[in-house]
Amino acid sequence: MQIDLRTVSIKPLRHTFDNVARRIGADKPASRYQEGTLDMQQTANFHYRPTWAPEYDIYDASRTAIKMADWYAFKDPRQFYYGAYCLARAKQQETAEANFDFVENRGLAGTLPESVRDTVLKLLVPLRHVAWGSNMNNASVCAYSYGTGFSQPHIYHSMDQLGIAQYITRVGLLLGDVQTLDEGKRAWMEDDAWQGLRRFVEDSFVLQDPFELFVVQNVVLDGLLYPLVYETIIDDVLSSQGGTPVAMLTQFMTDWFTETKKWADATVKIAAAESAENKAILGKWLTDWRDRAAAALLPVARIALGDRTDEVMGEVVQQFNARMAKAGVAI
Amino acid sequence: MDMQVAKKKLGLKERYAVMTRGLDWTPSYQKMEDIYPYIAYEGIKIHDWDKWEDPFRLTMDAYWKYQAEKERKLYSVLDAYTQGNGHLNVTDARYLNTVKLFLSGISPLEYVAHRGFAHAGRQFPGPGPRVACLMQSVDEIRHAQTQVHAVSNYNKYYNGMHDFHHAHDRVWFLSVPKSFFDDAITAGPFEFMVSIGFSFEYVLTNLLFVPFVSGAAYNGDMAAMTFGFSAQSDEARHMTLGLEVIKFILEQDPDNVPIVQRWINKWTWRGYRVLTLVAMMMDYMLPKRTMSWKESWEIYFEENGGALFKDLARYGITMPKCAEHIALEKDHLSHQAWSTFYNYAAASNFHTWMPDEDEMDWLASKYPNSFDKHYRPRYEFWREQAAKGNRFYNKTLPMLCQTCQIPMIFTEPGDPTKICYREVDYKGDKYHFCSDHCKEIFEYEPEKYVQAWLPVHQIYQGNCFPEGTDPTVEGFDPLAAVLKYYHLENGRDNLDFEGSEDQKNFAEWRGQATKNI
Amino acid sequence: MSTVFLALQTNEDTRPIIEAILQDNPHAVCDEQPAMVKINAEGKLVVRRETIEELLGRDYDLQELQVNMITMSGNLDQTDDEMILFWKN
Repeated sequence: MQIDLRTVSIKPLRHTFDNVARRIGADKPASRYQEGTLDMQQTANFHYRPTWAPEYDIYDASRTAIKMADWYAFKDPRQFYYGAYCLARAKQQETAEANFDFVENRGLAGTLPESVRDTVLKLLVPLRHVAWGSNMNNASVCAYSYGTGFSQPHIYHSMDQLGIAQYITRVGLLLGDVQTLDEGKRAWMEDDAWQGLRRFVEDSFVLQDPFELFVVQNVVLDGLLYPLVYETIIDDVLSSQGGTPVAMLTQFMTDWFTETKKWADATVKIAAAESAENKAILGKWLTDWRDRAAAALLPVARIALGDRTDEVMGEVVQQFNARMAKAGVAI
Repeated sequence: MDMQVAKKKLGLKERYAVMTRGLDWTPSYQKMEDIYPYIAYEGIKIHDWDKWEDPFRLTMDAYWKYQAEKERKLYSVLDAYTQGNGHLNVTDARYLNTVKLFLSGISPLEYVAHRGFAHAGRQFPGPGPRVACLMQSVDEIRHAQTQVHAVSNYNKYYNGMHDFHHAHDRVWFLSVPKSFFDDAITAGPFEFMVSIGFSFEYVLTNLLFVPFVSGAAYNGDMAAMTFGFSAQSDEARHMTLGLEVIKFILEQDPDNVPIVQRWINKWTWRGYRVLTLVAMMMDYMLPKRTMSWKESWEIYFEENGGALFKDLARYGITMPKCAEHIALEKDHLSHQAWSTFYNYAAASNFHTWMPDEDEMDWLASKYPNSFDKHYRPRYEFWREQAAKGNRFYNKTLPMLCQTCQIPMIFTEPGDPTKICYREVDYKGDKYHFCSDHCKEIFEYEPEKYVQAWLPVHQIYQGNCFPEGTDPTVEGFDPLAAVLKYYHLENGRDNLDFEGSEDQKNFAEWRGQATKNI
Repeated sequence: MSTVFLALQTNEDTRPIIEAILQDNPHAVCDEQPAMVKINAEGKLVVRRETIEELLGRDYDLQELQVNMITMSGNLDQTDDEMILFWKN
């Protein structure tokens, strides 16, 4: 790269930092994603072992059963560094804000058929807690995983899930009131329909392997929950019963899932392509947790789908299997 | 309910409470202690997590909106600065050495803070502290990245920054900031919050950022000034978190008070020792000075920190006693540090120099009690020797303090003519310390501090040479081998500023930019 | 009484904000530094949304202040209408 300055030009001594050049070659400038991601995590000469987990180094690749020759093989296809991430979300929140305004200002919440509104509140409000669980699990993966290429997207995911919990809260407040939130929590804690899912989420909290947690939370649970609730029940089933305003209020979640699953798929694909061992481990995690998640979601889906539940759930699972097969793990 | 009736608009406090509270629940399928395994072992007692108040009350939508605005502004300035060859507008090429010091010493710490707050956020059961910690975690990766992006263009034209990640994990003096953050993140989650959230962010951050950022502004470094101010806008939130966390812990149980006091004592001292690098930067490395280290300490610690500790007195918290020691050291700290780096400039990733006459006068005016008496004569001697061709580079490795890892260069409090040495025998080995405070920190947790990766010990043990090096061969040059291990290029990245490639290139490029030649 | 302070970047966004703060806090002292304004006040400093809105001529959300804030000291209490910095001693 030559920069012209008046009549003379200054030739740079180098195009990027050495650690980046060692990975992408020294002959070209690097992107902000690359300079902000590659080798950001310290790798050598740690001073002390964590007092809370002395069996590990501060960052320790042996916390997971997945083995990678280079953890920077993981690349976020969205190329999210903080700035790119925030700009993307700021744009989405502007759309969400406009949607909420539109529904609120035109009193569209009041035009919803009673049955649709009830279904939405019953189904959606307890999902605040699932999003909260995901916020926690993604913080966990970010904290305990190895290499910024893999850990970085999890902090963004964690904040996204907090945002989603807050958007669901706003839907609850718009279609109901503060008591609606309490009722949602009561259902989450007590109603049979939710206990399988709550158990699933609580069981995920004690998982120790950060890669397994990524699979359980971001690949499996979200991979079934979002197509089921947002893409099928809200955008499709309830919209056909006069619930379109609800689809406007949850557009953030639909768009978010479409975007983030590209990253989740790419991550699974890279890990599976690394070795037959990785592929086998992923296959087992995906199968075991998929079956548990599908069973846990069944009574939740029934709130909105009634007789059609098994059929729809079957389709969602089929779609999920196809997605994973495309990512290189046949299940 | 009747949807036609307009709902009562909730105020900021109620709205935030509804958005965040109640999201968590008491688990019944797994045990609390299995989900949150690390919150009991430090002895801190929390009875009601909901008592935590987040005074900023930012929901995610507002967070994204304001942070995106900051990022847009920041990167447009960085782009313009790069396109206009802004680096040629800095006061003097010596300034670039502060950038090198910052990038290799501080930016990697922002990254550790990011991971540390993710860990703390994961481990705290209450939604208040969880959200506050995770927001700080994502802010901290922002800081690490914006710093790398802001310095990226400097790296293209100047030396010493090209392999800063590698350097941070290896170069001798960088073990000072590295071990500081390693110490914090390996402590329990509450101690981490007190160390970084309170002691570093609240008590000391102004000493790091305000001088650095104002220094950048004074010296024409628009890139660093912009990222600095932009990062500080998050810092204001973090400082508030730091203060809230301490109030929260103290209000929860009287048994927490002595534990917290011990942490405040430890981390104020640990943080202050790391700021030695900042002191030296302010007094020696900024071609145009903003204020002296001593003045900055007086404003931001003695005055402002004084107000803080007065405020915390109602909980039984007192000013850490190291403050008295620091007050005695403030006339000496930066001079003793710069002298050391001048000695060891062959093994560093930035250049050193002796202050010129004007600069010595400035130092004398800022340090009337110490500079002319103790430091000027030393500098004049070194300058004379260098002029005669006897520039002295110290090749004997110094003894390091086991806790702060700074060479044992500091003098006895109150006696600037006598080096301060302390030692402890532990399990048959002798450990050395720069001060009573570092010694005390060691004595409380010896099993932790004996683990320290001390660069000098590691060099002597042969662990800091490139793989395959045979130190027994005839004519083996240990310094050359260590520089290779550091990925530092002898003659380009190290030694004096005078005669450096940076000096030559900057002069030539600026000449081309400002003259018709 | 201890001093609280608020430091803001000097730019077009903050010009009316600083004016509003100084108007509402006659005891505050304004310290202009390179690219930064530091407002010091004994005991307490109140930032009022209404005053800023009057000077700006538009709606203002106090959370917007974060974009230009550099540092502060004191305990913080924020509502929709006010942001207060204070020491309890």
